[in-house]
Amino acid sequence: MSCADETSLGARRGIGRALLADPMGLAGLVIVVLFLSMAVFAPWIAPYDPIALDVKAKFQTPSAAHWAGTDHLGRDLLSRIIWGARLALGIAITSVGIAGGLGLILGLVAGYGPRWLDGLLVLVFDSMSSLPMIFFALAVITVLGPGTATLILVIVLVSFPAYARLIRTQTLALAGADFILAERVMGAGTARILLRHLLPNVTGPLVILLCMDIPVVIMLEAGLSYLNLGVKPPAPSWGNMLSEGYNALRQAPHVVVVAGIPLVLATLGFTFLGEGLRDVLDPRGAGRRWG
Amino acid sequence: MSALLSVENLSVSYRIPGGRLRALRDVTLSVRRGEVLGIVGESGCGKSTLAAAMIGLLPQGATVEGGAIRLEGEDMRHLSPDRQRGIRGRSVAMVFQDPMTAFNPVLTIGRQVADFTGAHGQRLPQAEIAAMLERVGIPDPARCLGRYPHELSGGMRQRVAIAAALLMRPDVLIADEPTTALDVTMEAQIIHLLRALRADFDGAIVIVTHHLGVIAELCDRVAVMYAGEVVEEAAVDDLFHDPRHPYSRALLACDPAVVIPGTGHLPTIGGRVPDLSVLPAGCAFAARCPLADALCRTSPPRVAGQGRSVLCHRAATQVAP
Amino acid sequence: MLDYAIRRVGLSLLILIVVMTAMYGMVFLVPGDPASLALGPRATPELKEALRERMGLDQPILTQIAYFFANVLQGDLGVDVWSKRPVLEQILEVFPNTLLLGVVALGWALVTGILLGCAAVVWRDTWVDRLLGVLSVSVISVPSFVVAIYGLIVFAVWLNWLPAIGAGETGDPASQLRALILPAFAVGIGWVGYLARLVRASMLEVMEAPHIRTARAFGMRERDIVLRHALRVAIVPTISILAVGFGSILSSAVFVESVFSRPGIGTLITGAVEKRNYPVVMGTVLFMTAFYLAVVTAADLLIARLDPRVRDVLRG
Repeated sequence: MSCADETSLGARRGIGRALLADPMGLAGLVIVVLFLSMAVFAPWIAPYDPIALDVKAKFQTPSAAHWAGTDHLGRDLLSRIIWGARLALGIAITSVGIAGGLGLILGLVAGYGPRWLDGLLVLVFDSMSSLPMIFFALAVITVLGPGTATLILVIVLVSFPAYARLIRTQTLALAGADFILAERVMGAGTARILLRHLLPNVTGPLVILLCMDIPVVIMLEAGLSYLNLGVKPPAPSWGNMLSEGYNALRQAPHVVVVAGIPLVLATLGFTFLGEGLRDVLDPRGAGRRWG
Repeated sequence: MSALLSVENLSVSYRIPGGRLRALRDVTLSVRRGEVLGIVGESGCGKSTLAAAMIGLLPQGATVEGGAIRLEGEDMRHLSPDRQRGIRGRSVAMVFQDPMTAFNPVLTIGRQVADFTGAHGQRLPQAEIAAMLERVGIPDPARCLGRYPHELSGGMRQRVAIAAALLMRPDVLIADEPTTALDVTMEAQIIHLLRALRADFDGAIVIVTHHLGVIAELCDRVAVMYAGEVVEEAAVDDLFHDPRHPYSRALLACDPAVVIPGTGHLPTIGGRVPDLSVLPAGCAFAARCPLADALCRTSPPRVAGQGRSVLCHRAATQVAP
Repeated sequence: MLDYAIRRVGLSLLILIVVMTAMYGMVFLVPGDPASLALGPRATPELKEALRERMGLDQPILTQIAYFFANVLQGDLGVDVWSKRPVLEQILEVFPNTLLLGVVALGWALVTGILLGCAAVVWRDTWVDRLLGVLSVSVISVPSFVVAIYGLIVFAVWLNWLPAIGAGETGDPASQLRALILPAFAVGIGWVGYLARLVRASMLEVMEAPHIRTARAFGMRERDIVLRHALRVAIVPTISILAVGFGSILSSAVFVESVFSRPGIGTLITGAVEKRNYPVVMGTVLFMTAFYLAVVTAADLLIARLDPRVRDVLRG
């Protein structure tokens, strides 16, 4: 479990090689790199403005001018997909990052803090994770109204209990370890123990769990946007595109078919990569969050 | 009479990180119909690996490096997996060491034994199974059939295991440490049971144990194993009265029944079993042997002796201690 | 066993109370009041005041929570702000549709998933195992509502084999069944993969157990060992995951019901969220949380019954 070993340069190179040897992990890596580049270079590679209307050119099937066709407002679908990657990955990484940080702090507090606080926090984590995720999300959206900020908050709220529980378990296991006891005997303060010793040792498994949750979050964002409860139109969210395409299902089925492809590919890619990483980093298998 | 089950020059090793562990080296043994063969040795001497090899169920990571396991002259290793499966249970049946874990925890005894008997044809009716349970001394056998394994005591479970093996009407019955996991009273009862069954069982029995008492009570012939080799093979009476290999002698001397007169101390064998991944050049027992000389340390011994075999350079020349 | 059951149910009730208090409290933590949010910026102050009164928002918060719980205990989940219909009545009207969808989806996923998981064990380390592995991960990761949309395009729009929307004619089981096929497929497909993996992993662990060695030593066929002996042991962890998974089945159902405009809990709550119809949202969340906790609790009790060892430990 020593993190120092895991993050050393040699070990990293080993991880890379093991990942390349696994065809599924490699496919995942390629897809993820593809979407990440789309997200980063969207302004330069998108052929059109993703929200520029051209009503005369509506519902065009794929052609040389519009590789993926156009939607009901004549917007270029390929450009919307590319900008959608930026939106989807932006929201996913931001929210998973915040949730990871929150889970890390609360997990450390629960695992290293006083007993009563631990009991209280565990009850909170248990209660939150025993709610069916989607209903909880919908309740929060009702209160705050739909929008990108609400969406991020919702994702953070439904994700962080799992992270906090993981960190808490890890911390509890480590807090009794000899080297921590030795530090305490030497007079090290709580802050020093938490930051210098516990933190580096508990982050490895958390990072794996965070990576594996990215496709789940992408799915949730797209799903809520599809229900018009997520990112507000005309922003080029893949979920919005699916929703708009669905409304024009019989006139122009290509819109909804095209809109689904990036979502399927991205979730597949991230899951494959996550699986590959988990097999390489943590052969015992990290727990997955379901429901 | 010819051998029913024979092992010829069998060598088995396990893959371990950074090498291989040589669990069995050039083991040759055979057992005839109507005979009870005992295999005795300390833990880690390879006796359980030998038992597993005899039924063709070596654990993962084990490789047979050479030799043959013959049932009525036919090498089992060259049979198709399906034919091997056909032999297991029907021709060679096995009773395992730990009766706590040998049964499936979520199925009733009756269901499991019926499934075993059904492995090679028709499942036996519950009445017939109950009759066999009665024979091995299980009170109220009909009720026992409906119980789960954890509801029975260890001794009762071992009786069920023996009954299940007998129901298969095997030619060879292998018992791997059948009494090790039991307490002394239970052990005596199981030994008693096996003795009684011996009389009307017309196949061969192989008993693997580290307990010399079990050998003395039950066996006709005995093979002493050390560090993956059979170091001495003899009739039980011969071995107990006149052990030829220094290791056999040490083993007999360490039997809790033989306390050194006058001292009340239990003798022990000095030194440790050699590392099976880095074997010494000469005799494997040389480092612990009181009789070892330069020859023993440099060249491996060959089997010597007539009628009984001893794997020792000094077997012919040694003096009684 | 009874002791355990009481403790287990007690814990679930505690969680339910914590959750509901938190949800109810959340409404008051946010800026702006629900009544004006629901009515929009152009509502007159009188209209807002009337709605506030109707929603009980003029009372102190603790009184409101107390009233809320008292009402819930009497089976009163409040009244729809717009239609004035009791919330519970609306929920009970559509809930059977969602339950049917969830159960059918889980049912086909369970049968297929277990079979595929067993197949992967019987042919482990062959191409069958590897193919099933990749397929499982793939179907797990694809969002159910995308499967629903694609299924709808192919089978309802292009091939016209199955209905595109609705839950079928009332009183006509054949049409209800036809309307159920695509949604149940979409909701369950991810679980097929997940269960296949779970059963495979759990089974491979069991296959290392000494009792499996016993079965092999008796010459049982590998297929019989897997299906008759190992599966019974391996299924126990699957059941506990399954109950937790019912939550994710319900999540998928919310999206899939929306794709097929199928009346159900999902369409009810998403419609209410859009109109910010608080009583309906809160009532539905409470109802579904209670239902979900009941399922998880029941599964725990079922496990205690299925595994004779656990059963006896509990018995004392």
